[in-house]
Amino acid sequence: MQQTFVQPEFRVKIDYDKCHKCGRCVQQCGWGVYDFAERPIPHDEKCRACHRCVTFCPARCITIEKNTLAFRENDNWSVGLLKGVWKQAETGGVLLTSMGNPKPYERIFDRLVLDACQVTNPSIDPLREPMELRTYLGRKPDAVQVASDGAGGFTLAEGAGMANNIELATPIIFSPMSYGSVSLNVHRSLAMAAERLGILMNTGEGGLHEDLYPYQDHIILQVASGRFGLSPEVLGRAAALEIKIGQGAKPGIGGHLPGEKIDREVSATRMIPQGTDAISPAPHHDIYSIEDLRQLIYAIKEASGYKPVGVKIAAVHNVAAIASGIVRAGADYVYLDGFRGGTGAAPAVIRDHIGIPIEIAIAAVDQRLRDEGIRNQASIVAAGSIRSSADAAKAIALGADVVAIGTAALLALGCHLCQSCHTGSCSWGITTQKPELTRRIDPEWGAERLTNLVHAWSHELQEILGALGVNAVESLRGSRERLRAIGLDEQTCKILGVKPAGM
Amino acid sequence: MAYDLERYESFGVERYRDESPFKIHGGCGLAGICDESGTLMSGEVAIQAMAVQRDRGNGLGGGFAGYGIYPEFSELFAFHMMYHDTAAKEAAEAALSESFTIEVAEPMPTRPVKGIVDAPLLWRYFLAPHPHLLEERELSAEDYVVQVVMNINSRVDGAFVASSGKNMGAFKGVGFPEEIGHYFRLEEYAGHTWVAHNRFPTNTPGWWGGAHPFTLLDWSIVHNGEISSYGINARYLEQFGYTCSLGTDTEVAAYLFDLLLRRHKLPIELACKALAAPLWSEIDRMPAAERALMTSLRAVYGPGMLNGPFAIVLGFNGGMVALNDRIKLRPLVAARSGTTVMVASEEAAIREVMSAPDHVWAPKAGEPVIARVEGMEWPIHGELHLGPAEISCAVTGTEYSCEPVEVAV
Repeated sequence: MQQTFVQPEFRVKIDYDKCHKCGRCVQQCGWGVYDFAERPIPHDEKCRACHRCVTFCPARCITIEKNTLAFRENDNWSVGLLKGVWKQAETGGVLLTSMGNPKPYERIFDRLVLDACQVTNPSIDPLREPMELRTYLGRKPDAVQVASDGAGGFTLAEGAGMANNIELATPIIFSPMSYGSVSLNVHRSLAMAAERLGILMNTGEGGLHEDLYPYQDHIILQVASGRFGLSPEVLGRAAALEIKIGQGAKPGIGGHLPGEKIDREVSATRMIPQGTDAISPAPHHDIYSIEDLRQLIYAIKEASGYKPVGVKIAAVHNVAAIASGIVRAGADYVYLDGFRGGTGAAPAVIRDHIGIPIEIAIAAVDQRLRDEGIRNQASIVAAGSIRSSADAAKAIALGADVVAIGTAALLALGCHLCQSCHTGSCSWGITTQKPELTRRIDPEWGAERLTNLVHAWSHELQEILGALGVNAVESLRGSRERLRAIGLDEQTCKILGVKPAGM
Repeated sequence: MAYDLERYESFGVERYRDESPFKIHGGCGLAGICDESGTLMSGEVAIQAMAVQRDRGNGLGGGFAGYGIYPEFSELFAFHMMYHDTAAKEAAEAALSESFTIEVAEPMPTRPVKGIVDAPLLWRYFLAPHPHLLEERELSAEDYVVQVVMNINSRVDGAFVASSGKNMGAFKGVGFPEEIGHYFRLEEYAGHTWVAHNRFPTNTPGWWGGAHPFTLLDWSIVHNGEISSYGINARYLEQFGYTCSLGTDTEVAAYLFDLLLRRHKLPIELACKALAAPLWSEIDRMPAAERALMTSLRAVYGPGMLNGPFAIVLGFNGGMVALNDRIKLRPLVAARSGTTVMVASEEAAIREVMSAPDHVWAPKAGEPVIARVEGMEWPIHGELHLGPAEISCAVTGTEYSCEPVEVAV
C-alpha cells in the first residue's frame, strides 16, 4: 500500500511516568487510537482530539497536541487545502465532514452589542421581579375579536382566539437530530429534558422511537424527503410537525445513512428494512414548487388533526422571499437554519461554502414578513450556531421568536466538536449506534445536563431583559433598536436594521 | 429626509432635525381631571395641579387639553394653530378656507408671562367642512379633518396644527406648564375634562409643537415615561401602516391606542390590558374563559405591549383613561371626590385641587383608571376611515410618502 501524504493532525502524548498502565484509554477510545503492549501505544493518525481518553484517564497523564509539523509558509495554500488535495488524490472521493462550518467567516453575533437602561428608564432586577420568557410558537391572528360575556365583561368571540399554538416556557428549543445519526439515548435525553423544561425536542428525519411516546407533547416530528418513520398514528403523536426542506450545513443536499447503522431499532423506527441504506433525496419528490409545499402542509394538517406545521429551510440568498412563500403556503412557523448549523455528515465543500449567516437571514425574513403584513401569521425559529444566551438574545432582538440549539445541546452531552460524527464511532456515545458506545450516555444524566444548560441560558436571558428594562421577552423580540453594531459595514447594518454603536 | 425641517426654525427647533431620527429620552409630570357629571371646571384647576409638580419638568415643555371648553361652537372643529410667520399664516388660512367654512378666525387670547419667549403666532379657528367636498370625496367629516391636518402639517411651511377636535383644544408650548397655562389665560376657559403635562426632556428640543399633549381630532395623550420596548412597538405599528417619525414614546402610545380602539375595535379596558399586560402568573390563575381571552390578547399583541416605565392619560370628549405600566415603574395617584375623578403623578397635585377627596388610591400596575362623562359617547373618534399612515403623517406633520405595501409573488 502506498504511503499517505497526509500526516496526523494531532500528537497523543502519554506521560509514562504517571501512567497506571490500566488500559482505560484503550477501552474509552472509539477510534482505535490505542494498542496495548505493557503500556498504551497511541497511533496518532487515528486521533480525532475528542478528549474522551483525556477525560477518563485516572492518572491524567494524556495530552493531545496539535501536530506542529512545519510547512513552507503560504497564505494561499493552507495546510487544510493541501491535505484535501492529497486525500482526494488517494481516494477519488468527496471529502466528508460533520458539525458546523468552522471557517473564519465574519461572525455577526460577535459584532453586535445589546443595550442597557441608565437613569431615564430603570433596569429591572430579575432576582426580585417577574421576568417572563414564555413564548407561543405558531400562527396568530392579526387582531383579537371579543364579545360581551353578558355580565359586563368580555369574552373571546367565537373562533377568534389564538389556536393551535405551542406554549414554550423559554424561547429555546432543541434542533432536529435524527435517531440514526444520534443514538436513542441522546433522543431520550432530549425528550426528557424538553418535558422538564416545558420546551420541545425535534426528532429530525429519522422518525419517533416508541420509547419517546410518553414525551409526545414535547416533540416536533420531522417530515423530510426520505419520509422515514411516518404513519398517521405517528403524525398524531407529535406536538407539531415540521417539513424539512433544507439544513444549514448542507443546503440543497440530501442525506445518506449507511446500512450498517440501520440496526433493528433504527429499522423499526424509520420503517425501512434492517441493513439497507437510508437515503434522503435532495428535494422532496412531491415538492417541486411552493404550491406543492402548500399541499403537503395541508395534507399533514388534515392527517394530524390540525397541529402546527412548520417548514425548515436553510438560509440561502433568497431566504426572505422563500420564507414569505412558506408563510403564505400556510406554515405555522418557519425554521431558519444558518450556514454554521451542524450536521451528522456533509460534504465539506457544501458545508463550508453554501448558505448565509443566520443573523442576516433572521433580519431579512422578519423584515419581509413585516413589510407584507404577515409577521403575525408565523413564528420564526432561528438556528445555525446559537452558541450562548447572548447569541439567543441577539437572534431574538433581530426578530426570531425562538432559537433552536443542536450543537450546544450535544456539547452538554459530552461532544467535543471533533467533527467526526459521520464515522459512526463517536467515543462519547452520541453519534453512533454501537451498543458499547451508546450506553455511555445515561438518559437521566443527559436530561439533567441539558436541563441545566437551558435553565442557565434562560436565567441569563432574564438578566439581559432586566438590564434592558423590560420584563417580557416579547418586548425584546424584533426590537433592533436595542442592538448596536461594532465594525459592521453600512450595508450589513442596513440589512440587519441595526445602527452602528454611537448612534 | 422626506420632509422639510427648515420650516420649524422659528419655533426654535433646528435641533428637531438632529433628534428626529432618534428617540427622545425624558421624564415628566402629568395630571388629568374629569367631572363625570359634565360640570365645567376652570382651567385654573389644571394649572394648580401642575404648578405643585413644577420639579417634574425643566421648563422645556408644558401643555394642556381641555374638553367642553367651546360649548357655543360645539358642532364646529376647533383648530388651534401655530405659525412661524405671517406668510405661513396666509398659506395655512388659504388651505383652511378652501376646505372649510371659517365661522370664526381669531388670535389666541394670550397674556405676556415672564419665562415665555419666542412664541409662534397663535391663532384659532372654528370650522365647518364644506358639505359638497365631503360628498365629492366620499369622506366622513373626521376623515376630511385628518387629511387637512396632514396637508397643513406636511406641506405648509411654518404652520402646525396643535389641535383639531370639536369642543376641545390643546394649549402647549415651551415653558413650565403653569407659565404656559397663564400665557394662554386658561382660567378663562371651563371644561369638564382637563389633561396636563410637564416635560423634562434630557435634550433641548423646545419647539412648541413638540410639547404634550399630542392630539388628533378630539383625542389627546399626555405621557410620562420611557417605553423600553419602543423599538419593537414602532416596528409592529409599521406593519399596520403607521409611520413613527417623531421618535417619541408618546407617538407610539397614541398609534397603539388608535390601532386597538378604532381599527381592532377592542373595548378600552381590554386595550389597556393589551398595552400593559398582566403577568403570565396572573393569567394562569384566571377562570378558563378569561384566561383564554387574556392569553390570546397577550400573545397576539405582545409586540405592541408597552414595556418600561410609563404613566399615560388619554383624554377625549367622553372622559379620560389613565394607565400605568405593568409593574408600576412611574408614579400615578388617583382620587375621587364626588363626581370628579383625578389622576396625577404626585398626590400633592390632588391635595392641591381637591380639598377633601372621598378616596385617594394608587392604581395598580396595568389597571386603568377610567372616568366617563355622563351622557357622552365613548370613546369618540368620529367616523374615521383613513389609513394609519395618513393618520401618522397628520399627527406628526411629516410628508405623506408611504409606499404601498409590496406583495411578493
